[in-house]
Amino acid sequence: MSYVDLNEITVSYDGKHNILEGLNLKIEKGELVSLLGPSGCGKTTTLRVVAGYIQPRSGDLMVNDQNYTKIPVHKRNFGIVFQSYALFPHLTVGENVAFGLKMKKEDKKVIEKKVDNMLETCGLSEYKNRYPKQLSGGQRQRVALARALVIEPNLLLLDEPLSNLDAKLRIQMRVEIKRLQKKLGITTIFVTHDQEECFSISDRVAVMNNGIIEQYDTPENIYAKPKTEFVARFIGFENFIDVERKEDHLFGSQGVSFRVDDVPEYDVKKMTIRPDDIEIVKTPVPENGISGQVAVRTFLGKSYQYEVQSDFGSLIVNGSDSDVYETGDQIHMVLPSHKIVLV
Amino acid sequence: MRRYKGLTIFSVIVFSFLIIPLVIIVVTAFGTEKTIAFPIKGFTFSWFQVALSSKSFKNAFFLSFKVAMIATLMALLIGIPAAYALSRYSLKGKKLLKSFFLSPTIVPGIVVGYSLFLFIVIKLKMPVFEGLLLGHFLVVLPYVIRVVGGALEQFDFSIEEVAWSLGCNKWLAFFKIVLPNISSGIISSFLLAFINSFNNIPVSMFLTGPGIVTLPNTLMSYVEYNYDPTVSAISVMLMLATIIIMFIVEKTLGISALAK
Ligand SMILES: Nc1ncnc2c1ncn2[C@@H]1O[C@H](COP(=O)(O)OP(=O)(O)O)[C@@H](O)[C@H]1O
Ligand SMILES: [Mg+2]
Repeated sequence: MSYVDLNEITVSYDGKHNILEGLNLKIEKGELVSLLGPSGCGKTTTLRVVAGYIQPRSGDLMVNDQNYTKIPVHKRNFGIVFQSYALFPHLTVGENVAFGLKMKKEDKKVIEKKVDNMLETCGLSEYKNRYPKQLSGGQRQRVALARALVIEPNLLLLDEPLSNLDAKLRIQMRVEIKRLQKKLGITTIFVTHDQEECFSISDRVAVMNNGIIEQYDTPENIYAKPKTEFVARFIGFENFIDVERKEDHLFGSQGVSFRVDDVPEYDVKKMTIRPDDIEIVKTPVPENGISGQVAVRTFLGKSYQYEVQSDFGSLIVNGSDSDVYETGDQIHMVLPSHKIVLV
Repeated sequence: MRRYKGLTIFSVIVFSFLIIPLVIIVVTAFGTEKTIAFPIKGFTFSWFQVALSSKSFKNAFFLSFKVAMIATLMALLIGIPAAYALSRYSLKGKKLLKSFFLSPTIVPGIVVGYSLFLFIVIKLKMPVFEGLLLGHFLVVLPYVIRVVGGALEQFDFSIEEVAWSLGCNKWLAFFKIVLPNISSGIISSFLLAFINSFNNIPVSMFLTGPGIVTLPNTLMSYVEYNYDPTVSAISVMLMLATIIIMFIVEKTLGISALAK
């Protein structure tokens, strides 16, 4: 059995409509799993169920073969980091980190030692006697993390812990989190709406939409093989074209057939491709070729993005920096068969 | 600059109106005349002696102090958890409750006093002291709920939730985490409630009885028949006490804590 097992969790705040709808999620010991999804899809709610702040209407939470559904928060021994850090304003950094150990009534000497070690690990030793309001955002973040980790939690829960930091610090901190998590081997649930952050840090990703998990997979698979239109759109696919299955690897639309290498088992309705993966070519190509007229051109920095009117509707294509096209130009494109994804 | 000059003059006038009567009271307290006069002809401390040796004033002071202290502590005991529940949980009719707690600060004191009289004295037939205490408790409770509620509005409850996750049960987290972070609100509400109770005339008027009269009401009836500076002397002592309290609060918390 998995280390963490959310089984058919249903949550409602108002008793009428469900925010989580029979949610299932299994996490192996030592894994870092991200909940990824747009704002309002139920990521925080899921995390709060695991933490014990919310009682699900139905369903069970199993951790380490023990049913945690009815165990109160203070007996769970899960470490939690909120977006706001939620440091105790009236306690110093040292006291903040020591809080959980004091609650466990550990020996004073042991507490002292563990706190010092943890502060050292998180690069906070010199701030031990400062108060939270005397720290920068990144330092507060580390204190919140140290406070959650020092209790040697059975599970670490992070709710958008990096979204209040500036871009550079965010990247630095996510590496830091990953390093600590692997070093301490703590099973972790990480909530985020930022796909890059999520891909870089996670062992597995659960993409959420409207209170259910749409796809649960490795970052590589989510990136390359989204299974639903929602997941595909969320991670940057555009150009959704309705298709019908013709043959094994041939899919038709508007009387044209497209070759697709990777065909899933389940029924598919659309094919899709990233703007980066469409190639612009000089002469029309017989297989997987589309022609169209540039309607809008947008400068992206490294190259231009074109909105192209074609028989298949309007397509978004990222051009290369070598050839530049003007609005109104007729261009030819290829959709490489190994880049097309069916959903 | 011209506009500011006009404003300055205006402020000075308003401030003078507020401060001049106080100055006059302080001066008259030291006058040698048998009736209050300003300016004074001679200087004496004897009115303070009269005030301090008067049994009825002393009793009234201790009664007022006792009532204000107990009523305020009771109001904190009930009001803090009530304010917590109001801001922590989304209750049905929360708005209604909030405006209900605001009402005694808007309804004229005499109306509150009269209704408490009907309720406590006529209906419940409570003994005088207990009735007085209950009346004051009910009068100051809204202040506590509102001021502590204001402090809780600033409090990020995820801080409390983190404490739970660190092995702290809800009771302990309330005392160890929530209370220390709203302490300035609690102190302000204590002072506000205490001063309100100590100063209250309209409610006490209806609830006092033989031998149980609060200081403001004692002063009122004294002034009706006497015109000597004893009341000035008492006023000076009360002002002094207030200044000392404010000084201590300022030194320990900073007056800004009260304004928060
Ligand atoms: N305390 C609450 N009371 C009522 N509805 C809530 C509450 N918290 C969240 N919701 C609703 O539940 C849905 C999911 O919210 P949340 O789990 O916070 O999403 P996310 O963290 O993915 O942004 C949203 O529609 C939100 O409005
Ligand atoms: Mg959220």
